[in-house]
Amino acid sequence: MVATLKAPGQPRAILGLILGAAFGFGLVVALRAISGLEIFQTEQTGYPHVIVPAITGPIGYLIGIGCFDYWFRWASGAPTIPDDHSQHGAHSWRDYFKFNTDHKVIGVQYVCTTFVFFLIGGLIAMIMRAELAQPGTQIVDPGLFNGLFSTHAAFMIFLFVIPVFAGLANYVLPLMIGAPDMAFPRLNALSFWMLPMAGLLFLGSYLAPGGAFDAGWTGYAPLSTGAPLGQSFFNLGVQFAGASSVATALNFLVTIVTMRAPGMNFWRMPLLVWANLSTSLLVVGATPFIAGVQFMVLFDRAIGTNFFQAAAGGDVISYQHIFWFYSHPAVYIMMLPGFGIVSEVISTHARKTIFGYRLMALALLGIVVLAFAVWAHHMFVSGMFGWLRVPMMMTTLLIAVPTGIKIFSWVATMFDSKLHMENTSMLFALGFVVTFLLGGISGVMLGMIPLDIHVSDTYFVVAHIHFVLFAGSVFTIFAGLYHWFPKMTGRMYDERLGRWHFYGTLVGMLGTFIPMHWIGMEGMPRRVADYAAQFGDWNLVISIFSFVLGAAQLIFIYNMIVSWRYGPKAGDNPWRAKTIEWLVSSPPPVFNFDEIPRVVGGPYEYGVPGARHAIMHSGEEGAEVPKPKPAVVGATGGGGGGSK
Amino acid sequence: MKDMTRATALKLLGVAVLMTIVISVVMVNINWLGMDGSTEKGPIITLLNVMIVLSAAVFSVVLTAMIYAIWKYRAKPGDEGDGEPIHGNTRLEIIWTAIPTVIVLFAGIYSTIILNDIEAEASNQMEVDVTAQQYAWRFDYPEQGVTSNELHVPSGTQLELHLNSLDVIHSFWVPEWGIKRDLVPGSDLPGSDEIDNVVRVTPDVEGTYSVVCTELCGWGHATMRAAAVVESQQDFDAWAKDQPKIPDGNVSTGAAGGHGAGVYSDQVSK
Repeated sequence: MVATLKAPGQPRAILGLILGAAFGFGLVVALRAISGLEIFQTEQTGYPHVIVPAITGPIGYLIGIGCFDYWFRWASGAPTIPDDHSQHGAHSWRDYFKFNTDHKVIGVQYVCTTFVFFLIGGLIAMIMRAELAQPGTQIVDPGLFNGLFSTHAAFMIFLFVIPVFAGLANYVLPLMIGAPDMAFPRLNALSFWMLPMAGLLFLGSYLAPGGAFDAGWTGYAPLSTGAPLGQSFFNLGVQFAGASSVATALNFLVTIVTMRAPGMNFWRMPLLVWANLSTSLLVVGATPFIAGVQFMVLFDRAIGTNFFQAAAGGDVISYQHIFWFYSHPAVYIMMLPGFGIVSEVISTHARKTIFGYRLMALALLGIVVLAFAVWAHHMFVSGMFGWLRVPMMMTTLLIAVPTGIKIFSWVATMFDSKLHMENTSMLFALGFVVTFLLGGISGVMLGMIPLDIHVSDTYFVVAHIHFVLFAGSVFTIFAGLYHWFPKMTGRMYDERLGRWHFYGTLVGMLGTFIPMHWIGMEGMPRRVADYAAQFGDWNLVISIFSFVLGAAQLIFIYNMIVSWRYGPKAGDNPWRAKTIEWLVSSPPPVFNFDEIPRVVGGPYEYGVPGARHAIMHSGEEGAEVPKPKPAVVGATGGGGGGSK
Repeated sequence: MKDMTRATALKLLGVAVLMTIVISVVMVNINWLGMDGSTEKGPIITLLNVMIVLSAAVFSVVLTAMIYAIWKYRAKPGDEGDGEPIHGNTRLEIIWTAIPTVIVLFAGIYSTIILNDIEAEASNQMEVDVTAQQYAWRFDYPEQGVTSNELHVPSGTQLELHLNSLDVIHSFWVPEWGIKRDLVPGSDLPGSDEIDNVVRVTPDVEGTYSVVCTELCGWGHATMRAAAVVESQQDFDAWAKDQPKIPDGNVSTGAAGGHGAGVYSDQVSK
């Protein structure tokens, strides 16, 4: 019993959570008693005896699970065990519930955890659509409804789309660049374990007096600064999710820059690696802004600062500037990794190299630069100073150019190819190209100020964001999961169920989100629990299709779980792909490679006689160049060095 | 593209053009944006129609190319071969960078022209001070000295709406008028002149509409509505006579509010 509680793991983590929360609670009570203050301050936004434990509890959990063991030992001067790989690799399903430094285990942990959040967010969406099927109030009251759409978005954005991409890349990116692991495996594990903490806080807000946070995922001040306690849970949950994303992004940057296998210069990197390089630059640059602005809201709420209190000299609109300075780049944080996935999938299943590879990579960097100069297009009707509108409209519209390059290149890749349409990942990738094109078109329209003035804050916006985030990002996530499922599990999924999932999702998605454009343009505002009777028919249609969409996801979950357990063995390279992750076994060995591969060509050299991307063993034919220095293999191991 | 003849390319282009025409004709003839109830809404509808045609062209080109590729280049069952090793085509890549650039620059410039058009100040305006609070609207008429919970306006007169909120952010929208602007708390305070809280709109079709709050403002957001009545000048004058006077204590924007009235509205309208 004592031994269980002393060793890192779930029992110690739960103990840590309790002790951490108790410590925070005790600290507040003691300090307030000493200061002669009322011990429990329960004004609407106060509750320090809840807020502080909501910070210290999760930190206690992270300590308990073992995120800091090595660092604490090192910092205190105690002997560390340099080659202890006991926390590396998974031998049974139980290992997935422990602190683990193996990027492949962490990748699986990420994907599974985020899909739990996806299901929670999806279930919330189903409740909302049930309520909205008819005008009037049927199953949830308007206050709860506001909580539902706020938590729906918070789960989907912060705990599904952003981290699931980090999870997929965690798994495949080190393999793709020929690295034995990420640059900072312990930081990587910490990044993962912060996510369940954010989820706990978002869910916990439902228990708070006044209900879950209900100021939208945008949490505009001063609605958020005056909202009940649940809002503080949002402010804190975002900190954990944000810190997780920033740490992962730093990890990716260092890994990509310093740990590529010999010979892998920038122009030989697969586009998924380019995409994650670009995404990580965005995360590192932008995410601190949302962390900052949520702290400012928390301070306004809990300790009486006046960042956004107009009456006390605060600046209401500045919240939106800081928020969107993160949240617009966040849109690309949620899309660029998907671009990478689609490039991999289309190239592999078209058996053809990506058309205009270099321009594709440069387009990603173009989006990164422009992404930081467009945020105010969310604020055309906010009452901000008018002069900023036209310049921000121009930069916004210009983003269509690099995005267009990507769409045209994918289509051009399909010419003179050998398309394999029977693979579910290819269906999702091609479905993505069309639906994302539609989302891009409505995006250009939203970028144009006069149209935006009319449709801003209407269902047109709801339709647009779901076209780019659901039909965009989520389609690419499915494409990626189907594509790498055989690599991750060593087994093959059921393609027939995969096709059912694709067509169900496509029909459900189109039926749900296309009519939203129409009712939005006609006058239905967003974020409403009730609406004018004239929109009743379309809302009923939308709700029915949304249930189709929801049901289709159950096929996916069933297919994944059953195939993981009982699917036929997949073999190492079922898609006959060229990139390095397919040249190792499925699933790959604990440290990925017996020998660091040597990269000798581009990643997608389909149809080029004799061309190859990487040489995996020094004994192989064509490997006469002197063998590179073997890498230090280990949890802290550097890769085979950078290239060139 | 290697084995594609000029004739095939022209045929595909023809299909794309035809598709563009069909989509455009159908979609331009659908009334997407609802009723055109103000002089500002018309230009917005025109802009949407222009964008529909341009978007239809882009969509048709991509879709035609994709469908053709899927039809033509699908691997036969059992075919394990690779596609042609084509890495790119600089001329094509320049074209598909340049054409979208021209389209979006056109869209941007055209939008700017429309924006200036719909925000142009008429010589003759009527001021209305709009004040929102959770979950109600109040409309003060400084020129008439009256206040109401309904927005009554004479048809064809440009309104100069001064917006303010007493609590959280709300947003003023009458869908038929096409104009929207947030009501920001504190926009009547000294030092808030960087908040652009004046918006102009010229309703020109008589009828009864709804003022809709479009910024999430709390549990009552969905039902935060007020009637907006556009009527003849005579009817408006008669209506205004019957309305209560603006009480002295009304916190409001602009002339009636008292917070440095005239100076303030001069600052924001620049």
